[in-house]
Amino acid sequence: MTNVLDVRDLRKTYGDTTAVDGISFAVGRNEIVGLLGPNGAGKTTTINMVLQILEPTSGLITIDGISAQGNRSTVLSRTNFAAVYAELPGNLTVRQNLRIFGLIYNVSSLSHRIEEVLDMFDLQKFGHTRCGLLSSGEQTRVALAKAILNKPKLLLLDEPTASLDPSSASIIREHIQSFAHGGESGVLWTSHNMHEVEDVCDRVLFLSHGKILLEGDPKILPAAHGKKDLEELFITVAREPLSLEND
Amino acid sequence: MNFKRAYAVYLRYLFIMRGNPQRFFNIFVWAIMDIVLWGFITKYFNALGGPAFNLVTTLMGAVILWAFLVRAQQGVSTPALEDTWTHNHINYFASPLSVGEYTLGLVFSSVITSLIGLVFVAVLAGLLFGVNVLILGFSLLPFLLILFLFGIALGIMAIALILRFGPSAEWIIWPIPALIEPFCGVLYPVSVLPGWMQAISKVLPPTYVFAGMRALLTGGQFSVQELVAGFVLSIAFLLLAYVLFEYIFRYAVRYGLIARFGAEGS
Repeated sequence: MTNVLDVRDLRKTYGDTTAVDGISFAVGRNEIVGLLGPNGAGKTTTINMVLQILEPTSGLITIDGISAQGNRSTVLSRTNFAAVYAELPGNLTVRQNLRIFGLIYNVSSLSHRIEEVLDMFDLQKFGHTRCGLLSSGEQTRVALAKAILNKPKLLLLDEPTASLDPSSASIIREHIQSFAHGGESGVLWTSHNMHEVEDVCDRVLFLSHGKILLEGDPKILPAAHGKKDLEELFITVAREPLSLEND
Repeated sequence: MNFKRAYAVYLRYLFIMRGNPQRFFNIFVWAIMDIVLWGFITKYFNALGGPAFNLVTTLMGAVILWAFLVRAQQGVSTPALEDTWTHNHINYFASPLSVGEYTLGLVFSSVITSLIGLVFVAVLAGLLFGVNVLILGFSLLPFLLILFLFGIALGIMAIALILRFGPSAEWIIWPIPALIEPFCGVLYPVSVLPGWMQAISKVLPPTYVFAGMRALLTGGQFSVQELVAGFVLSIAFLLLAYVLFEYIFRYAVRYGLIARFGAEGS
């Protein structure tokens, strides 16, 4: 079976600045891949290129076996995302937002699907509330409900639990794990919470200065590099990436 | 082209209008002010000039038609600005929604707001000042069509400016109709303008509408050829605006302007 995401030699430069430097990776079906790295490492730039809102300088992106080049609408109909910087319009209610994006993603049996995601993210009581009136945690749940509305083959999550309390974050993680492992979907997940990443991700990629520095199972990767846990490994990537390149 | 996606863009604006009645203020209040202000000005001019020439229908007809063009332009640009204010462009353009579908959805919105605005000002002008826009007969339809197409073209250019310059484009968009109005001969024949202004008038479709309207209302010669020229020009502006929007969209994707929208790309 094909991967849900294949990225080959992806590069983005702005003049003399290289934001993403020829990275290649894949996300398989039923797999949650963590894209990790310090601020400015190139995580969001990579996600934006996959989402087609940023044109790569070079490289290839294939989603669900279809090249993204020249097939923007087709590949994006198989994708969805939630990001802290892309909240849903605050002047519409939760149900209105879900209906609009359900139409855009051509969701079949939309009314039924809206009820499903409202139940899944415990949002029924907020259905007729404008998103702008919700707490940041509730807004995150709405964004996640929108993100899985079309049962995307590729789900991109940019720090999805950043504004959630530990209990809500745990419930959300369970939902996303069950979504990824229950169907044919794959998830690319960025987070700065290393305990969460270790708990959720099947594989992690460490980005530093636009390059993939390390890749592997988050449960065994730290020990393989002489670190006690993922957080210590992350700090090393952020502060002394050269020491890992020479490993 | 997926019409369901275009409908979603239109539906979003409908939800906003339905949930925020104060948004109708923009459709009605400026129109009321125009009608009231120009109604009394023309009545005053009529009183000064005597019964020789009735200014009311000519000037008020012009005000009504110009208000229609403005509503058509704002019918496209205001929902696009709503997307700017709520940072929704990233949600839209990271989805399967295409530039064409987004534009069509905004055009649907414009049809509704401009028609509501037109009926409202026409009825108001009739009630307050006895103006009957239907006196223009079947000519009214091509006049409205040309103004609508040109208004949509201006609206699409406005969206391109929003994508290019970010939220600050708002300050360029609102004055667009006012910047064009002096060249179009809305309230006076373009023959009173200096040569360089007349040259610009010739490429603006509304010029032919307002010249035709004045000719009809004053019993002068009405040129069908000029009306056709106005129609062709409005189509040309529409195509040009769409090409510009597509170009700016590709530019915005290449330089990450959508992803960094709040930063107001330079």
